[in-house]
Amino acid sequence: MTERTISVNYLARVEGEGALKVRIHDRKVEDVELRIFEPPRFFEAFLRGREYSEAPDITARICGICPVAYQMSSAHAMERALGMTVGGPIRELRRLLYCGEWIESHALHIYLLHAPDFLGYPDAIRLAADHPDAVKRGLELKKAGNAIMRLLGGREIHPINARVGGFYRCPSREELESLRPMVERALVLSEETARFVSGFAFPDIEEPYEFVSLRHPSEYPMNEGDIVSSRGLRIPQDRFEDAFEEVHVPHSNALHAIRKGGGSYLVGPLARYALNYDRLSPGAKAIAKEVGLPPVVSNPYRSIVVRAVEMVYACEETLRIIDQYRPPDQPWVPAPAVTRPVDGAAATEAPRGMLFHKYRIEPPGRITDARIVAPTSQNQKRIEDDLRSLVTRSLDLDQAALTFACERAIRNHDPCISCATHFLELDLVRD
Amino acid sequence: MPTAHRPRLGVFKFASCDGCQLSLLDCEDELLAVAGAVDIAEFHEATSATMEGPYDVALVEGSVTTASDAQRIREIRAQSRTLITIGACATAGGIQALRNFADVAEFTRVVYAHPEYIQTLATSTPIKDHVPVDFELRGCPIDKGQLLEVLSAFLGRRAPNVPTESVCIECKRRGNVCVLVAHGTPCLGPVTQTGCGAICPAFHRGCYGCFGPQDTPNTDSLVVKLRELGMSRPAVTRVFRTFNALAPAFREAADSAEKQGATP
Repeated sequence: MTERTISVNYLARVEGEGALKVRIHDRKVEDVELRIFEPPRFFEAFLRGREYSEAPDITARICGICPVAYQMSSAHAMERALGMTVGGPIRELRRLLYCGEWIESHALHIYLLHAPDFLGYPDAIRLAADHPDAVKRGLELKKAGNAIMRLLGGREIHPINARVGGFYRCPSREELESLRPMVERALVLSEETARFVSGFAFPDIEEPYEFVSLRHPSEYPMNEGDIVSSRGLRIPQDRFEDAFEEVHVPHSNALHAIRKGGGSYLVGPLARYALNYDRLSPGAKAIAKEVGLPPVVSNPYRSIVVRAVEMVYACEETLRIIDQYRPPDQPWVPAPAVTRPVDGAAATEAPRGMLFHKYRIEPPGRITDARIVAPTSQNQKRIEDDLRSLVTRSLDLDQAALTFACERAIRNHDPCISCATHFLELDLVRD
Repeated sequence: MPTAHRPRLGVFKFASCDGCQLSLLDCEDELLAVAGAVDIAEFHEATSATMEGPYDVALVEGSVTTASDAQRIREIRAQSRTLITIGACATAGGIQALRNFADVAEFTRVVYAHPEYIQTLATSTPIKDHVPVDFELRGCPIDKGQLLEVLSAFLGRRAPNVPTESVCIECKRRGNVCVLVAHGTPCLGPVTQTGCGAICPAFHRGCYGCFGPQDTPNTDSLVVKLRELGMSRPAVTRVFRTFNALAPAFREAADSAEKQGATP
């Protein structure tokens, strides 16, 4: 029995550092390990002893691609711990900031990271040589998302304006209005994106996902809602730990999340869309229908179309918020004094899926415990399951083709290994 | 499409959030022009194509936190004509350098159920602690305008124009009201290097020092002011010990407040 190893030293076009090892024995897949070797940075440990007000700025540094998600989950968790309610225009502005991050992150993934796989290029720069209009469209969309974050947050990466209770400074109506032409254009470009990517060739695959996302009584979920699943789970956010657990496996510096008493599950655009299709805006539903996207999509390759539909939604939501915005009297809701130990948990929808934070705060305001469950940590086990099914049905591919197919299957889920990386070393062992 | 005359650019990641290299992809108007002027030999966030070194310019993001990374940065240095660090992690150890002030074994136990699976160094250190660095671009994250300036400068073999003065100067230029003087808001602007565009004061909050110390920081004087405004000594230590904890001027200010005791 011979053993063969294929190594791809780096998986590109994902965020973070990892490796993949697949062991095949007698045409049977024995082991799939998505190994994350992104060095640990210990955020949960050094948050202990910091002031609760520092958490949004500190946790943003977990991920340069989705800092807003970390700022939102931490701010909401602290507000819940302190019994604060944040509504009105401040709540709307938080959605707006999230819209900016969704547009930026989805445009980045669709055009710069994912589309090259479908069109046969190593990157968007070489893609641009043959498809200049497409790549320019992607960059223009990305810029529009960044413009929203810049106006509201001061800068695109690690915005400085979000805080527990709201914002340091809220924009005037005129300032928000200045975004309108760019966002109207972005809406058109998002629709064109959906048409463009829906024409790609998709492998005919459906995976039996258990989808997990937030669900809000009236909105497509970003900051609020219960945690629901496609297998009937419905719990308030602070009961996350009743339904999900993290296990530490030897091959990964990221913890694997699973359903308690169950297996893997999927968070992210496919899950949000399947569980909240009825909450999409009219334009987002219309484009989904036009490009033939059903209300539940279980083909991971078609996540690229779902991301485009979510961009359409985020643009329409941005325009709605601009239309209705009246600046609040105070840019933030003041926090009460911390007089006894309190706990708070919150989940919000990062571009790549649900992000859970939980803290304990003790007087006079010190964090004494912190727990953060990132979307990619939750999807890691499910990505392994996708790979297992892919390799099982693709054993006749040669090593190079199978290796590339594995990398593609990972990129379908836009993993963020810093909350993740760029390189995944692929080890395929056949014996 | 390698050509003989085009400079080779490599972008490398160490322990970090990926945000500083994302700044390059955030140059939406210039990205294709930059890509047209260089051969991107290695940039895993953006491309699956790689070319062998040597590199004319290496951009290095992140800090060194593992033994294998300490070796990898030496290999990159050996292959690079010019090595530029981008961001607070690469330049001052980053937020993850908070481990340097604590017990890493304890940290590992807090985060991971099986600490024995985790391989990491007890410290997070800047790139310059390991290899010579030709230029350090500051910021958490870096400013993309400054990134383009530094890239053009090194590719054109001229000195980069990156000011090292304080955020205060930028605030004055921008016409910001001084949050420290007018509102009594604690602000690190007087001791922090400009480059961000003085955005925090423009949004009515105090600067929190994410570009690290300016060239002649008078932290002693600022600490007196911060204490007058009601900041406790531990709070002074924390504000200097966050994103640029290993930058010498900030480190000394944090240590000094800590040594003076935990008395409020």
